[in-house]
Amino acid sequence: MTLFLIVTLNGLTLAALYFLAASGFSLIFGLMRTVNMAHGALLLLGGYVGYSIVEATGSWGLGVVGGGLAAGLAGAIVQAGVLGWMQGDELRQTLASIAISIIMADLMLWHWGGLTYQVELPDLLAGGHRLPVLGVGYATIRLALMGFALATGVALWFLIQRTRFGAVIRASVDDQDMLRAIGYPINRIFVLVFALGGMLAGMAGVVAASALSIAPGTDLQFLLSSLVVVIVGGMGSIGGAALGALLVGLAEQYGLAYAPTYGVVFTFAIMVLVLAVRPQGLMGKAEL
Amino acid sequence: MKQALILIPLLALPLVLNDFWLTQVATRSLILGVMALSLSFLATYLGVVSFAQATMAGIAGYTIAYFGPNTVGVGTPLPFWVTIPMALIFATLSGALVGLIARRSRGIYAIMITLAIGVAFFYFTRQNYTLFNGWTGFSGVRAPEVAGVSLRNPLLLYLLSLSTAGIALALVSGFVRSPLGLTIQAVRDAPGRVLALGISVTTPIVAAFAFSGLLAGAGGILNVWYQERISSFSVGLGPIIDILIISVIGGLRHPGGAFVGAVVFVLLDTFAVDLIDRERFNTLIGVVLLLIVIVAPGGLQQLAQDWAARLRSPQAKPKQASEHS
Repeated sequence: MTLFLIVTLNGLTLAALYFLAASGFSLIFGLMRTVNMAHGALLLLGGYVGYSIVEATGSWGLGVVGGGLAAGLAGAIVQAGVLGWMQGDELRQTLASIAISIIMADLMLWHWGGLTYQVELPDLLAGGHRLPVLGVGYATIRLALMGFALATGVALWFLIQRTRFGAVIRASVDDQDMLRAIGYPINRIFVLVFALGGMLAGMAGVVAASALSIAPGTDLQFLLSSLVVVIVGGMGSIGGAALGALLVGLAEQYGLAYAPTYGVVFTFAIMVLVLAVRPQGLMGKAEL
Repeated sequence: MKQALILIPLLALPLVLNDFWLTQVATRSLILGVMALSLSFLATYLGVVSFAQATMAGIAGYTIAYFGPNTVGVGTPLPFWVTIPMALIFATLSGALVGLIARRSRGIYAIMITLAIGVAFFYFTRQNYTLFNGWTGFSGVRAPEVAGVSLRNPLLLYLLSLSTAGIALALVSGFVRSPLGLTIQAVRDAPGRVLALGISVTTPIVAAFAFSGLLAGAGGILNVWYQERISSFSVGLGPIIDILIISVIGGLRHPGGAFVGAVVFVLLDTFAVDLIDRERFNTLIGVVLLLIVIVAPGGLQQLAQDWAARLRSPQAKPKQASEHS
């Protein structure tokens, strides 16, 4: 029973991380139809920068913000410098973002080396916490991570559903040409949303480096999870990203605990099952 | 006739090249070309860019390794006239399976799904020891011996790869003219109309993926003989991207371009050490891919065609070139 509880909590931790990573990916896809293959690289960049900032200043909060800003800036540069020029040609954008992710991964390997990094935690988040009712001890940072994901989810929902900027994003998803015609600077909005998605990825990277650890290859792991999460949850839907992240994170941890050498198969099976029943994802809108 | 003109110098290549050039450059280009052809075929005739071709090739390679002589003591050795058809069948079936999963998805959705399949397979080979021997994979895989001579012999492997490439190209051009091949192209152009005619679109899509699995499998078998080992890294993101880059360099919509792309890629891979620090090869290949995508989205084959067209009639500028000049 304790094992089951711990595995469930681990699954929720992972789901929280996957949601943080996938929400930015899904946001960008929903607005621009761009499959940003460099999303994992942005996440890793955020993690590395966050680590360096925490090492230099000793402030964890500063690390999370700095990592997020660095990845957000990189995302804005990617959209404004390369992908924006190919708007509308999705295959070309995908290929270009793959090229960017290869270059970024290689340059990061150059600068930070092949080491595994773990961000040092502030006293407040270090150590464990005995959970009431369940009666098991669990790492505080992981609990904080779940709270962080929840808060991010709510903030995103608020931004998109309740603010003027969110209304512009939603209008742009529905009818880009009309928005352009009534004078909205759509290219600037694209860059902003790309920066927002990159920032989410970068913060997820720092948090991942705190709760788990990061190393070359982390980018691929989170790119895969983001892909599966949005395929399962539905492309461009924040709620779908949350649902997909929950399913994938839990499946991965249960798989790891109860069928160690076939863990990935569970994730894969969920994806295949969803595609067979609802090709547009659980909460996605039908395309055709 | 035109094909024969290319074939003669290719057949004469072993006479002029030393073993290094023959094996490291020529044979490797042909093997990678066959794998990339499986992608270009799908991209050209079904209009789907698949990231799962390295997986299909890997399944053929793993079959050869598991049922063949290897030095890790996993699997059961079987004679090669059993394992080779078996590897091709498994690769074809895996292609069909990928097609079945991705059948309702097009464009970027298909890219995402096939990439997820490819990466999931990579993690699976890493975790699983009973079938794939995990992280380490299989080493000491030997090519079969015919009359006492190993097929890994530079000359024999080159000729084998050359004939495989030739057969693969011939198969593609025959297949796309067959009724099934024409249906596949109809599905690419107008899936709605195909459905309206009462033809199921699932069968052509699955068939196209299965055929691409067969091509990838042939490349995968040659590759495992060439490398003499296979591991999770042979099906990881590296090879997935390599195959994609080769197809893009040659031109995604030009099946024959796969071989042009393969030669460029192998030359870069072999001689990049002289241009740039060996460690930074990935940056170089990333920049090459980015440049191709920005400057010549149709690939080198398209670029050459455009130039040829421009030389012939200087007034009539080709559409592709004027868009980006």
